[in-house]
Amino acid sequence: MGALTELDLSALWVSLRLATMTVIVLLIVGTPLAWWLAHTRSRFRPIVEAAVALPIVLPPTVMGFYILVALGPYGPLGRIAHLSLAFTFTGLVIASVFYSMPFVIQPLQNAFEAVGKAPLEAAWSLRASKLDAFLTVISPIALRGYISAIVLGFAHTLGEFGVVLMVGGSIPGQTRVLSTTIFEHVEVMEYGQAHTISAFMLTFSFLVLLAVYTANRRFPIHVS
Amino acid sequence: MNRLVAHFHVRYPTFQLSIALDVPASDITVLFGPSGSGKTTLLRCLAGLERSSDGFMQFGNDVWQDETRGLCLPLYQRPIGYVFQEPRLFPHYNVRANLLYGYNRILAAERRIAIKQVVEILGIGHLLERRIHKLSGGEQQRVAIGRALLTSPQLLLLDEPLASLDIQRKQELLPFIRRLHKELRIPVMYVSHAVNEILQLADRVVLLKEGTIVGIGALNEMLTSPQFRRNFGSLRVGGVLDARVANQEPEYGLTRLEFKGQFLFVSLQSASIGEAVRVHIMSSDVSLVVGRTDCPTSILNILEATILEIRETDQSSADVLLDIGAPLVASITRKSLVNLGLKPGQRVFAHIKAVALNEELME
Repeated sequence: MGALTELDLSALWVSLRLATMTVIVLLIVGTPLAWWLAHTRSRFRPIVEAAVALPIVLPPTVMGFYILVALGPYGPLGRIAHLSLAFTFTGLVIASVFYSMPFVIQPLQNAFEAVGKAPLEAAWSLRASKLDAFLTVISPIALRGYISAIVLGFAHTLGEFGVVLMVGGSIPGQTRVLSTTIFEHVEVMEYGQAHTISAFMLTFSFLVLLAVYTANRRFPIHVS
Repeated sequence: MNRLVAHFHVRYPTFQLSIALDVPASDITVLFGPSGSGKTTLLRCLAGLERSSDGFMQFGNDVWQDETRGLCLPLYQRPIGYVFQEPRLFPHYNVRANLLYGYNRILAAERRIAIKQVVEILGIGHLLERRIHKLSGGEQQRVAIGRALLTSPQLLLLDEPLASLDIQRKQELLPFIRRLHKELRIPVMYVSHAVNEILQLADRVVLLKEGTIVGIGALNEMLTSPQFRRNFGSLRVGGVLDARVANQEPEYGLTRLEFKGQFLFVSLQSASIGEAVRVHIMSSDVSLVVGRTDCPTSILNILEATILEIRETDQSSADVLLDIGAPLVASITRKSLVNLGLKPGQRVFAHIKAVALNEELME
């Protein structure tokens, strides 16, 4: 294994920032969306569900391409921002939010479906407003869903490659993340450093998943 | 007197509810009917959990829902205590935190019901620090009732709170519900399809069928009414009387009850003089005597009665509706009916062989 350079460490930092930002945005956007998906009787539900799940099956280059166009100076998002978001960190966060969306939405949706409306109605009958009931009753009961969503969203964002390369390029300190760094190292035959980062990511991902599965087993939430 | 006035018309894919309700908001009203008759849906409408485009609900002077004005208070803004069929306790809190959840969400000035009082009435003092999943079904339901009471509700909605419990637990909880109604003076709407529960709890019965109200009345009027009597199954209850303890005769093991100037004997009760006691009389335990009653008889309970109505129930038997200050039904044979020449308006004496108390009703 090769020692990590300053560039590698900055890529690690960018990766962690990107994953954290992405998960935060997805929790804020994803909670109401997942709640809606779990409880709506709207006929638009399957359409939204399919759209949310798209990143699972789509080649990252396809998503990356469209996001790149949208973020560019003549794309809709670029026009709103009055500048090109392509090849910037903000652009990368936007792309990651779309790319990692199913990994946050689906665990939340499953958790909300499992919780059902019964505890919510009980909380209302005890004078809790909608937000109060959600924060003090629904989210604690759906805690496992939240842990899964956070961990999967975080780990999946760390691991993305194709979309990052298309939308972010690989600008050191800004948009170069761990996964693209590995690619760069391999291109110039620095297998030692590529190995170090790969081994780190492999171990990290495994430990994260292990932690989730163990926590789920050890701290089951009893729902009567 | 305060009244609860409501009307709802709700359509569902397989079911339709069409209700106009106007009852005193002070006693225990039981919503009774077979499953699928709309009892739970009606209760959910009263709570604001089901919306109907022309729904209206008024409790006393407060209008909680008036869709013509676009008004529908959400449940959390209504002073309602709701106990669901399942306890619906919050699994991430212990018993104490569940009890305090609603208590902490009302103003201190609105707290009319104390924690100590609820814990005592429901007998859950030893459970306070327990986790929810360590409780039995009956204990969970008691905590759920306590949790609802601690919001000091002005109206208590109970949706078959005993349905998921075995008979022993039911027997344990029924007196609690009667007691908390009496002691805390909260009007109760109680959904049930069990006749036993009605006999013990109800002051008033709302009879539901296929999403509409087919009859409303005081319990005893409904039970003895020729029109509604058969809806209460084959229990053959002749009447339910709310009597008072007149005096005790411990030397004979008897308690003497007073009901509208007439007297009934039951086995010795530990109740104090003047206390209200509900008694049940089976229609087959009532026989009729015409004319004088000074011939010796072993029967202790003899009431003066007037025949109101006679209905032949099959080839051999007939129900005679009597007025003893309240309606009472006697089931006699058609042969006796003819032999005695009984007619409406006639004065008779009702000999009652057995009088059962509330607690003795459930076997």
